[in-house]
Amino acid sequence: MPSTAQYLMLSATLFAIGLVGVIARRNMIVVLMCIELMLNAVNINLVAFSHRLADLQGQVFTIFVITVAAGEAAVGLAIIIQLYRLRSTVNVDEVKTLHG
Amino acid sequence: MDGLTSNAPLLVFMVIGTIAVAASFLVVMMRNPVHSALFLLLTFLCVAVLFVIKAAEFVAAVQVLVYAGGIMVLFLFVVMLINYRHLPEERMTTSLAIGGVGVGLAIFLLFFTIVRTGAYHDEHLNAEKKLGTVKETYLAEHPTDPNKLVRRSRAKENRNAEAVGMALYTDYLVPFEVASLFLLVAMIGAIVIGKRELSADEEETAPAYMIERVETEKEVKELLSA
Repeated sequence: MPSTAQYLMLSATLFAIGLVGVIARRNMIVVLMCIELMLNAVNINLVAFSHRLADLQGQVFTIFVITVAAGEAAVGLAIIIQLYRLRSTVNVDEVKTLHG
Repeated sequence: MDGLTSNAPLLVFMVIGTIAVAASFLVVMMRNPVHSALFLLLTFLCVAVLFVIKAAEFVAAVQVLVYAGGIMVLFLFVVMLINYRHLPEERMTTSLAIGGVGVGLAIFLLFFTIVRTGAYHDEHLNAEKKLGTVKETYLAEHPTDPNKLVRRSRAKENRNAEAVGMALYTDYLVPFEVASLFLLVAMIGAIVIGKRELSADEEETAPAYMIERVETEKEVKELLSA
C-alpha cells in the first residue's frame, strides 16, 4: 500500500505543475484547465488523509470540492465565450482594459 | 514475484502516478488546447485510480462521472466552439513564464520539505490500527443507526458509497443542500453570461429585454474598441 507521504508528494507535483500553467500560459482555457488540475491535487490530499485517519470527512469534502469545481468551470467557460465574442481573443495578456 | 504481487497497490500507484504527472505536464506544454484537454482527461482518470487505491470508490466514481464526463465535455465544447487558432510562431506563454516556473518550483520545494520530515510516513500507524476501513469507523461512531445490525452482517463487503451517502445525508445535510443551491446559481449564471447575440431575423421576433441586451453589448464593444 503506498504511504500517505507518497500521495502527498504526487499531489504536490500536480499542484506545482498546475500553478506553473496558471501563471505562465496565455490561453485562458488552458489556464482554467490548470486550475482544475490544482483542485484535483487538493482532492488527492484529502482522500489520502481520509484513508490515513480512517475518517470519512475527507471524502465528503472531496465531493464538495468537485461540486465547486464543476460550477466554477461552467461560469468560467461562459465568461471566456462571452469575452471571445466581445474581443475575439482568449489570450490573458490581451485583456487588460482595467490595466491590472 | 511474491513481493511484487503482495505490494500490487504500490506498483499500481507508481505506474499510474507517473502517467498522471506526465499527462499533467503535457497539459501545460501542449500548444493546441484540444490536446491539453485530452491530457487533462487522462490525468483525471489516473487520479480516479489513485482514489480507488485509497479505498475511496465513491469519490473515484464521482471523479469519473463529473470530471471526466461532465467538465471535460464542457471544456472540449468550448474549445471547439471558440475555434481559436494559434499561429505556429505565436508565443504560448505570458511574460511571467520564468517567474511562474520559479513560483511552481518554490511551492513544490515547500511541500517537499514538509512531507520529507517523516510525519506522514505511516508505517507505524499501520502497526497500531488497521486502516482502510473508513466505513466501519463511521458506522462504529454512529451506534444509533437502526440498520446497523444489517450492515454488520455484511461487513465483509466494501460499501464505501453507502457510508459516504450516510454521511452526506446526515452530518453534512446542510452543506449538501447549499451545494445544490450553489449549482443552481452557477447554472443560471452560466446561461445568462453565455447567451449569444441575436441575428437580424431573430431581432424582429425577440422580446424587448433581449433587444436591450444586444444594444448594451454593442455599446460595450464600441467602448472597448475606442
